[in-house]
Amino acid sequence: MSSKKNNIATFFQTLPKNIFSGFVVSLIALPLGLGLAMASDAPPIAGIISAVIGGIVVSILGGSHVTIVGPGNGLVGVILVAITTLGLQNAYIAIVFSGVLLMGLGFLRMGALANFFPSSAIQGMLAAIGLIILGKQFHIMFAHKIKREDTIDYLLEIPFTINDALHYESKGLVFAALAGVISLAIMLFYSKIRNKYLQLIPAPMWIVILSIGFSYYFEIGLHEPNPIAKEYMISGIPSFQDIIADIPTPNFSGIWNFPFWASVLALTLIASIESLLSIKAVDKLDPEKRRSNVNRDLKALGLATIGSGFLGGLNVVTVIARSSVNVNNGATNRSANFFHAFFLVLFIVLFSTQLTRIPLPALMAILVYTGYKLASPNVITKIFSIGKEQLVIFFVTLIITLKIGLISGIISGVIATLIIHIIINKSAGLFLRNVLKPNVLMYQETDEQHNFYVSVKHFCSFLNYYRLKEQLDAVPENQDIIVDFSLCEFVDHTVMENMNNYQELFQKRGGHFDVVGLDMHDTDSKHPFALRRMLPVPKIIKNSLTRRQTSMKSLAKDYNYNYSSKKEKEVSFLNNFQFFNTKNINHVYNKLSHEDKKMKLFDIEFSEGEFIAKEVIRKTMLYINLNHNIPEFTLDKEGFLEKVSALAGIKDIDIENHDDFSDRFFLLGENVNEISQFFNDDITHFFESNPYYHVESNGSALLIFGRQRLAGMKEIKALFDFGKRLKAVIS
Amino acid sequence: MLSFNFEQKIVKHVSLKPFKSIGIGVAFSPNLKANLFEAARLSVFFDAKLFLIHVGEPSEEKTNGLNEILKSFEKDQLNFEVVFKTGDPVDVILSTSEEKKIDLLILGAVQRERFVKYYVGSIARKITRQAKCSILLLVKPSVVRAPCQHIVVNGLKDPKTESTITAAFYVANQLKAKKVTIVEEINEEQVTVKVDDDKSLRRATIIKERIKLRENSRIKEIISHIPVECTTEKSIKLQPIFGKKGYSIGHYAQIMRADLLVMNAPTKMTFWDRLFPHDIEHILTELPTDVLILQ
Repeated sequence: MSSKKNNIATFFQTLPKNIFSGFVVSLIALPLGLGLAMASDAPPIAGIISAVIGGIVVSILGGSHVTIVGPGNGLVGVILVAITTLGLQNAYIAIVFSGVLLMGLGFLRMGALANFFPSSAIQGMLAAIGLIILGKQFHIMFAHKIKREDTIDYLLEIPFTINDALHYESKGLVFAALAGVISLAIMLFYSKIRNKYLQLIPAPMWIVILSIGFSYYFEIGLHEPNPIAKEYMISGIPSFQDIIADIPTPNFSGIWNFPFWASVLALTLIASIESLLSIKAVDKLDPEKRRSNVNRDLKALGLATIGSGFLGGLNVVTVIARSSVNVNNGATNRSANFFHAFFLVLFIVLFSTQLTRIPLPALMAILVYTGYKLASPNVITKIFSIGKEQLVIFFVTLIITLKIGLISGIISGVIATLIIHIIINKSAGLFLRNVLKPNVLMYQETDEQHNFYVSVKHFCSFLNYYRLKEQLDAVPENQDIIVDFSLCEFVDHTVMENMNNYQELFQKRGGHFDVVGLDMHDTDSKHPFALRRMLPVPKIIKNSLTRRQTSMKSLAKDYNYNYSSKKEKEVSFLNNFQFFNTKNINHVYNKLSHEDKKMKLFDIEFSEGEFIAKEVIRKTMLYINLNHNIPEFTLDKEGFLEKVSALAGIKDIDIENHDDFSDRFFLLGENVNEISQFFNDDITHFFESNPYYHVESNGSALLIFGRQRLAGMKEIKALFDFGKRLKAVIS
Repeated sequence: MLSFNFEQKIVKHVSLKPFKSIGIGVAFSPNLKANLFEAARLSVFFDAKLFLIHVGEPSEEKTNGLNEILKSFEKDQLNFEVVFKTGDPVDVILSTSEEKKIDLLILGAVQRERFVKYYVGSIARKITRQAKCSILLLVKPSVVRAPCQHIVVNGLKDPKTESTITAAFYVANQLKAKKVTIVEEINEEQVTVKVDDDKSLRRATIIKERIKLRENSRIKEIISHIPVECTTEKSIKLQPIFGKKGYSIGHYAQIMRADLLVMNAPTKMTFWDRLFPHDIEHILTELPTDVLILQ
């Protein structure tokens, strides 16, 4: 009960902050809503309606925390097609149906849907949407309305429009184009100017304020009509009463045809992908590090879309730009979304007539900027740096989306990715045989650290990533988790990118996310997200370091150690250790070493048993060379070494007066007297109070290791620290 | 207390020394010697009679060849019999197993080319599905004995599990394996809460902890019924895993580099089970190590 009261108290405490950030967001949502609706050929007010309905419904029923919902960029292309092919009234009905489907996705728990698409294909689709927006609106920004069949035609015409604009004769058009260009400049340079007062109002709102101010200057100051041509002013912003009166009456007669349902599907697909990607991105920004309930959000978005469609609004989706502004302005819960809707209503009620003073090109400049952001050259260079094959996927999706449509675009992106994966692996069987197998194993290790261990077999790509994701999502982010890809022949870019996201997420929430077992895989580029393929014959020199390897490198730098990822065959320093008596060392790699050769930390690959039952094992070990001689011994957890003892015929040595130590550890060695002397109070206490490791002495050096597998970064640090302290205690 | 003792006696009576006769299909292939050596060693370990089943006409030459190979086991008092029978290999092996009352049938696996991956060939697979006795699938038979150190056994919630675990400990004892891990595969459906957000995650984690405790105590109960001489001086580990039944345990055995995986025989096998592989079928396509399927 008390926690509930507490929640209410915090809610009221943070209310002012949320009201404020809702207000700031509404300043952006107003021009964007108008612009996005107009770009989709819908009445400008439709955008505001969807933001208002969405804000109210999702803030009450949604499952995310600091997201903002409203009309989305991604949907512009689809809604445009829907309205041109179906007509406005039927398009509203299509929106209603897509809302129903969206709700269905929520009930079917399809929040993982966005993960079934390769990330380069999604990038390509978003870039295509950016180009659709940019291509169409660029001409309006230059006060040059044209009508073309194809987005590509719009893009090709851009130079001619600029040329035309330079030769305008009509004063109205010149002013209109100027308004557009100045607005674009504001969008481009706003983020570059650092001024406290200027930044109080977001760039889109500056454009609105300046254009309304400009219009009043002419009307009141100069007593002249606004010089911008009439047809380039926003028209048809109804007053609040008119909106209520103009609610369309739904008519379901025109729904039994193919284009209608194609539109419904496209709307649902894009709305869900855009929302899911945005929610994922916003979760990363949330200062309170909460996890959004995506399925619940999908249901709320679906319901909001249904309402919006009935009231003459567009699809309601979660939008990333407005949400990030929301977070930046100190929003802490969903009430900010509600207040954003509230202020939008207030604006329409109070200022709907003022909005007609905004020139169209100014509004379109905002959209041109958004479109450019989606398709900017940076996106392409980033994808290129990950790998050439990703660029192929990107462009296939981009071009087919522009030429045919969004659904065909994303499907062709998926197919292209699949074909590329098959070519890279020279095997379709790898995917066909294993795609349906539950190839992800996760369990909590039963030792004292209780790490979660995840092993992935065969291959891991966008096709089966959802299985891995499902397991990873079931781990609280403040835990330690180790993902092992060493049984995985192929890991694709989508998975690598997501692993990186998880790494960030766990780090932020106090956990630890380690990826191991990729050192044997090869990549084409140095980018950490590049896809990785297991090599049958490992190369000597590899293209790039894994994240674990780079972390080891920086660890080496911190301690003034040298790091080398190369495989070394020279392992004679390990020969005198009992542990390797029955094992054959292949090589050591990922070595951290100091010039004085006193301590070395390395990954080691060795095989157990000879040709008959040869098994290759990889572990992380620490080697400490001591200055003086100590007795030879082997120390491990009680009950772990018995099989060795059976072989060697040596018994567990008990140290007098240290029952706890004798109970918990298994100590072996030939020279019982010397060993008993060596394990003095300091050393036994040290072992008693520290985690278990296998510690072995060959007389002049120590070998320390923990697990049956490669260690994660955190474990490496712990091992290193243990070794350093042990060394201090012994000498 | 009395009832406990009584129960212990019954278990002891039922499941200790489960293998009295061992059968192996003999084909004169390059692997013959390794296969025979493995089978003979096991027969000696379990003190069981070995039946060599050959699909084909009997001949002096063949019998002599087999006798020659198994000569080195004479000193261990290996008791073996060669059975010749013609017909379809699957039928021959199955019918002979029934006639001779074989309790354990040894089958060899096939290695997938180029990769260190093993799977069960079509004949062995048919036999595995239809056999009424226990099956041992060997991935890498060898002439020299590879020591068996770590045995992984399933701890499914199933009536057969108790006898399976008991048998696994018996095998561990006979083969002198020091480590036994009991894997409790828990169907994720059992976690009634779906993870959506922080709150449901917390609840799911609590439920999982509870299930783990329950599973562990169930297994501990089973272990307490096993004769003490089988369980002492062994490191026993319980590992609960939330995952797909039959697949997770294989994956786990592979990661842990277990030497032997012991599993319950599937309860029933229908057409659908083969179409949508589950339980044992997963293991047959990807043998992680030697697998013992107990009837």
